[in-house]
Amino acid sequence: MSDYNFAYLDEQTKRMIRRAILKGLAVPGYQVPFASREMPMPYGWGTGGVQVSAATLTPDDTLKVIDQGADDTTNAVSIRKFFERTAGVATTEETAQASVIQTRHRIPEAELSEDQILVYQVPIPEPLRFLEPRETETRKMHALEEYGLMHVKLYEDISQHGDIATSYAYPVKVEDRYVMDPSPIPKFDNPKLEMAAIQLFGAGREQRIYALPPYTRVVSLDFEDFPFEATKAEHPCDLCGAEDSYLDEVILDDAGNRMFVCSDTDYCRSRRDVGHTGRLGEQAA
Amino acid sequence: MLQQQESNSFGGGFARPAIDSAHGFRAAMSAMARPGTRQPIAGAAPPGGISGAAGALLLTLCDPETGIYLAADMDSKPLRDWIAFHTGAPIVSAAHADFALGSWAALMPLAQFPTGTAEYPDRSATLIVEVTGFDRENATLSGPGIKDTSAMALPEVAAFQENAARYPQGLDFFFTSGSELAALPRSTRVLAKD
Repeated sequence: MSDYNFAYLDEQTKRMIRRAILKGLAVPGYQVPFASREMPMPYGWGTGGVQVSAATLTPDDTLKVIDQGADDTTNAVSIRKFFERTAGVATTEETAQASVIQTRHRIPEAELSEDQILVYQVPIPEPLRFLEPRETETRKMHALEEYGLMHVKLYEDISQHGDIATSYAYPVKVEDRYVMDPSPIPKFDNPKLEMAAIQLFGAGREQRIYALPPYTRVVSLDFEDFPFEATKAEHPCDLCGAEDSYLDEVILDDAGNRMFVCSDTDYCRSRRDVGHTGRLGEQAA
Repeated sequence: MLQQQESNSFGGGFARPAIDSAHGFRAAMSAMARPGTRQPIAGAAPPGGISGAAGALLLTLCDPETGIYLAADMDSKPLRDWIAFHTGAPIVSAAHADFALGSWAALMPLAQFPTGTAEYPDRSATLIVEVTGFDRENATLSGPGIKDTSAMALPEVAAFQENAARYPQGLDFFFTSGSELAALPRSTRVLAKD
């Protein structure tokens, strides 16, 4: 650990990121530019989240890292090891034990508490980017609160598919002011964005930080006659039997057999530990 | 005598800069994310009658990239030297301030500080207001970071209502006393408490 400054980044970089986080909390949903650094991992592997976590961690923290809900995938394992080595912090896979949780594309199933901080890795922070490629224009649209284009996009979804087909990175409006990209979480997770924990969003390549203080009002965009719906696969988890969790679909063989399992590995494991079993639970365990 | 003064400006910094500023930031972030709550912050001993909390905030957030404005009642040679030695931050006029330090009365008028632009509301000043305590709660707060409502001691109410009305532009405030701080971002709606 002594080979690195605490949490890898130099102090001046951390101060710059910390100032951006404070502005982000003061203006929820607004994207604060920051001078993103090169990290010892490629863009797209969570460099934004890692920088925000590095600026947030103290030696007393317990860190959990998830990738699509799982603690044991490459991205999560690497980032957890990175902070074990550079910050010397304790790590855990249990959601309730963690004080800082870095996540890629999921919100944990277990409800987070006031003492926790959730750090998102964000690929494209600008919700309007695929509708308007110019940053100068999207800046203006946010300044003028000109979000008609986003509603047109959702309307086109309905006219083409019969309902709003956007299933992840579903746009939200924060405190009735900024339209925000919640990062590519499934829209199943959108209602959980109003939570007791502090939520920080870091986009490394795009050099933006934004934030949601606890209990910030976050509304998923919709229409009166096509209200927002948090959808998931219509199955129980095949390992733990949970009916309320977001599921991954796993192809089992060439014959088209498949199973659905909780994307949140800690949630699934803790349910199986207390005796819940799903359709394939015993075989798989 | 000269040596005495010098050792004042050299001392009083963070003993373990990386660790102390990490804790300092968590206090500042918790305060900003939960307006009105009081957070302990320690590790700094600034000269010139400045609270340890205000000193720790400066050490945590300021460096050569941030201009600091010192209001007349806080401005002193020992404090300037201390800030220069520990942070390297330039002392600037109110119109160019990223951070400002002073008592409430000395920081007036608020209109002299930058409040950001419509496209970049983050290009605004953060005011560190030295107060005598947090006990006389005279304002009711609501907004992001607050579950229903919370109460807070503020130097006055009208100025913060005007500030919130400019949202998303506006100023953000830290209040410091002794080894505690609280914060009020521009997003908080403020009402006088009956």
